[in-house]
Amino acid sequence: MTPITTLHYLVLAAALFVLGVIGVLTRRNVIIILMSIELILNAVNLNLVAFSRLYGLQGQVFSIFVIADAAAEAAVAFGILIAFFRNKETVNVDEIDLLKW
Amino acid sequence: MLDYITNYLGSQVTPGQAGNVFWITVYILVIFAGVSVAVIAMNWLERKIMAHMQVRLGPMRVGPHGLLQPIADALKLLLKEDLMPENADALTYRLAPLLIVIVAFTTFIVIPFGPTHAVTDMNIGLLFMLGVSSMSVLGIVMAGWSSNSHYPLIGALRSSAQMISYEVAMGMAVLTAVVMTSLHGMGPYGVGGANTSGTGTLSMIGIVDAQADQQVWFVFKFFPLGLIAFVIFAIAMIAETNRAPFDLPEAESELTAGFHTEYSGFRWSLFFLAEYAAMIAVSSVAVTLWLGGWLRPFPNIHGPQINLPGFWVQAAPQAGLVDLLFSFAPALTFLALAGLSFRAMVRMPRHPSFKVQTMGLGGFGAVLALVGLLLLVPPVRNRAQDIFWFVAKVSVSMYLYIWYRSTFPRYRFDQLMKVGWKILLPVSLGVLIATAVTGVTLGGWH
Amino acid sequence: MTPVATTFFFYLLSGAALLGGVLVITRRNPVHSALSLIMTLLSIAGLYLMLYAPFVAGVQIILYVGGIMVLFLFVIMLINIEQASREERFSKQWPVGILAAAALGVLFVSVFFKGRSVLPTQLLVLPEEHNTQQIAVLLYSDYMLAFEIASLLLLVAMIGAVVMAKKRTTTP
Repeated sequence: MTPITTLHYLVLAAALFVLGVIGVLTRRNVIIILMSIELILNAVNLNLVAFSRLYGLQGQVFSIFVIADAAAEAAVAFGILIAFFRNKETVNVDEIDLLKW
Repeated sequence: MLDYITNYLGSQVTPGQAGNVFWITVYILVIFAGVSVAVIAMNWLERKIMAHMQVRLGPMRVGPHGLLQPIADALKLLLKEDLMPENADALTYRLAPLLIVIVAFTTFIVIPFGPTHAVTDMNIGLLFMLGVSSMSVLGIVMAGWSSNSHYPLIGALRSSAQMISYEVAMGMAVLTAVVMTSLHGMGPYGVGGANTSGTGTLSMIGIVDAQADQQVWFVFKFFPLGLIAFVIFAIAMIAETNRAPFDLPEAESELTAGFHTEYSGFRWSLFFLAEYAAMIAVSSVAVTLWLGGWLRPFPNIHGPQINLPGFWVQAAPQAGLVDLLFSFAPALTFLALAGLSFRAMVRMPRHPSFKVQTMGLGGFGAVLALVGLLLLVPPVRNRAQDIFWFVAKVSVSMYLYIWYRSTFPRYRFDQLMKVGWKILLPVSLGVLIATAVTGVTLGGWH
Repeated sequence: MTPVATTFFFYLLSGAALLGGVLVITRRNPVHSALSLIMTLLSIAGLYLMLYAPFVAGVQIILYVGGIMVLFLFVIMLINIEQASREERFSKQWPVGILAAAALGVLFVSVFFKGRSVLPTQLLVLPEEHNTQQIAVLLYSDYMLAFEIASLLLLVAMIGAVVMAKKRTTTP
């Protein structure tokens, strides 16, 4: 068994990132898209923390800020979603097109 | 193999830090068994104490003085039909009680019963406990939503809103205690002066060690501030565990049992087990942070030196008379409990149909007396000190829970949220700022 | 930790994370997706612990699992999305999406293979007992500005979310 190096963690983070991108690009439900964005942010965090083992604690500090940022973004996104849901009772992204020509 | 087991016994760290898998497993099993026994005992104690506070007797039939009542309850719950509502989300419905029980028991990993008597001592022990206990909100939300019925849904929404509101105040109060761990000065107002390194710690054993170093329980530190922080935590922990007077989400007269309405039999008993285990866990946090953990009262007073051979197997450096007197406390407690049960045995009715119950009570008293006598033996007596004081303090906290339930009327939901956000949060913020300012001012700016 | 245990736990946790990720993007019911995301987040917290980052693991559990996922579940419960479970899951352009993600994956793999020699091979010694204290020193000295801006960001986000989600009781 090969010992686990930083590259293993980077590959895992890249795989999670790609899964998140697929989720954002292909799903129709707004909530699932938001969850895929959280998946992307977690992949980035994993990358940062894996690198912090090589370069110092700055990676972990950065990942704490990313988590705080994700919380703020989730709150605002849900505010928008609830405000929109009051007008049109759908969570399907394809139907959120009031500004379309 | 055998020295893998005995190698650990001489070390000064918890088994998790030593990496000794055998002892980790032993500690986990002991904690699991202990918590289960404690939950069973709490069930009986709650019914008896509430009954006596309401001038009635409580369960008296099942065993002598209802001592076997919890076993009867458990049997009933196990034999009930296992229902699931129609159109309920099967996976979520089954997963919710499991999640809550797992979360409630995982928090026991970092609870220190003594300086080396925890499963492990993480650097982030306190953060871990707060985080894992905040996951129980998820279980409640899942339980309420998956029942596909409006009472559980409203109960789950209310219960989770209440829990996340009081988590904030709880976190601020906990931060006050963590700030106090960085002070290094002795006594209620000591801060250690300008030469201290000034780093606090989040590890549970580290917090009790800080209280031992500063020779004061944090509830008395900076006198009103520690006490206010403790009171805020005590109120918030009752709201966290959905107990009276904050039990609107699960009160029977209000919402027909709230989020666990549709659960029956064993699944309901899992919720019940998790609730009591969470009560014990959160009381342990309060005891560790403010009431000195495993330290006996007045931990720094040792009295005149005593050098009796055979009394101190692990010779403490300053073993004094006060230490010796306090070390008899566990044995005296058990002997007093044995005395109470013998007194109850003597007062049982003399009718022949009560013979088995009388003998059972006598046996129970005999077991308690044996444990008390065992605790008089010096090696056991020295090792049992820490665990006894910790468990005694947590038991007092449990008694307070039961007392509050039978004394206070229930809060209405909007009053509950108002107390959480508008009263507890500003006061806890103020106490945190005041503690930090006091610590820096008394210690000199540096 | 012995090397065998590290390998075993890494593959276990990363398998759980990837399984959770796949389930998030494929489940029809949003609540099941949320539960799978919780599984992913907990596995990633375990991976942080393996990377000697206990504070980040604790923050992940409190904030992400105990905060953000509760928010997700609240919103899913409050919005009636029964009809969403019966609609089409994937949008019509799903092949293009998969193609774009595959291109991204190829990009990552090529970066890894080209850049493998640049990584330092010496892992830093990060003592676990002082991790929180060291992060605190960094946060309050070097990254103080970012800390204050993050707190401002959270305040603005809270106000924004409350304002947007409030019911309009008067005429606009």
